[in-house]
Amino acid sequence: MRLHYPSNIKIVKIPCTGKVDLIHLLRAMEKGADGVYVVGCLEGACQFISGNISARKRVEQAQEILESIGIGGERIQMYNLSSSEAPLFAQVATEMTEKIKEMGPNPIRLAMKKKAA
Amino acid sequence: MIVAEKKPIEEIAEEVKEFNKILITGCNECVTVCEAGGKKEVAVLASTLRMYFMNQGKDLTIDEITLERQCDHEYLEEIRNVIDQYDAVISLACGVGVQFTAEKYLRTPVFPGVNTCFMGVSEERGVWSERCQGCGQCMLGKTAGICPISRCAKRLLNGPCGGSTQGKCEISKDLDCAWQLIIDRLDELGRMGDYEEIIPIKDWSTERAGGPRKVVREDVKI
Repeated sequence: MRLHYPSNIKIVKIPCTGKVDLIHLLRAMEKGADGVYVVGCLEGACQFISGNISARKRVEQAQEILESIGIGGERIQMYNLSSSEAPLFAQVATEMTEKIKEMGPNPIRLAMKKKAA
Repeated sequence: MIVAEKKPIEEIAEEVKEFNKILITGCNECVTVCEAGGKKEVAVLASTLRMYFMNQGKDLTIDEITLERQCDHEYLEEIRNVIDQYDAVISLACGVGVQFTAEKYLRTPVFPGVNTCFMGVSEERGVWSERCQGCGQCMLGKTAGICPISRCAKRLLNGPCGGSTQGKCEISKDLDCAWQLIIDRLDELGRMGDYEEIIPIKDWSTERAGGPRKVVREDVKI
């Protein structure tokens, strides 16, 4: 549909959001990502029954952990949409980018830069 | 199995903040089942601690390993060649594993990463409850497989107390009265005769109250 969405997003394709584990979300942040968002199927419409439900639980766990260590739990979010809802995908991408821009860069990335300097 | 719960991250970070090279050891058995100290939890804790300390400007190395068990010599020996590289170990095994690691590696401080709670069952994913307190004198044969020592708040041996109401214990409406469960089960089994038999005063010397315990099997010792 040639819709525009922010270019700072790296897409990682997976067969089902149920494949996303807590450690994947945390590692991304550990390596310096400013935010991670998980986009899965609408609840009740998961091809693998409840993969998206598991993903949501893990996203919530990651939010709690990041909040407790001072990185900011809001950096990880989950969205549910149907694979045919392209405009919504673009909107979500923009929304997430705005949210992260507001929060500022990942303190871990800044610390890594400082260490390298 | 032994059921344990993860310690809060702040508590663990406080324990190890002075060290620069840390090894986190997990256990593949009970703590894996209760999702507190297995391989996944080791990875999560390592990542979390790295981020926590990086955020504070502290540079440190955190390595991860998950052993099959930490309560047997042969499994703990697997880290003998590497342990001297580390200033400290955080063990996510139950209290048994933490202690055995500390006993084996006297020059390395070992810190617990979980709080060990009880011996229990997985009722469903995410819910574990106590079933056994290791009293050393199992009487489950007389009580239809339900333990009055671990499941009765008063550890009564011969029937419910006056506080048992609607099948619930008086200390909490979420707690089943163990004796109600026993009577119902004996009834279903057609063994109410077992209920009529008086269980004599328990010999508590085999319980922890009698002091730290040991089991020795002369017939298997080499």
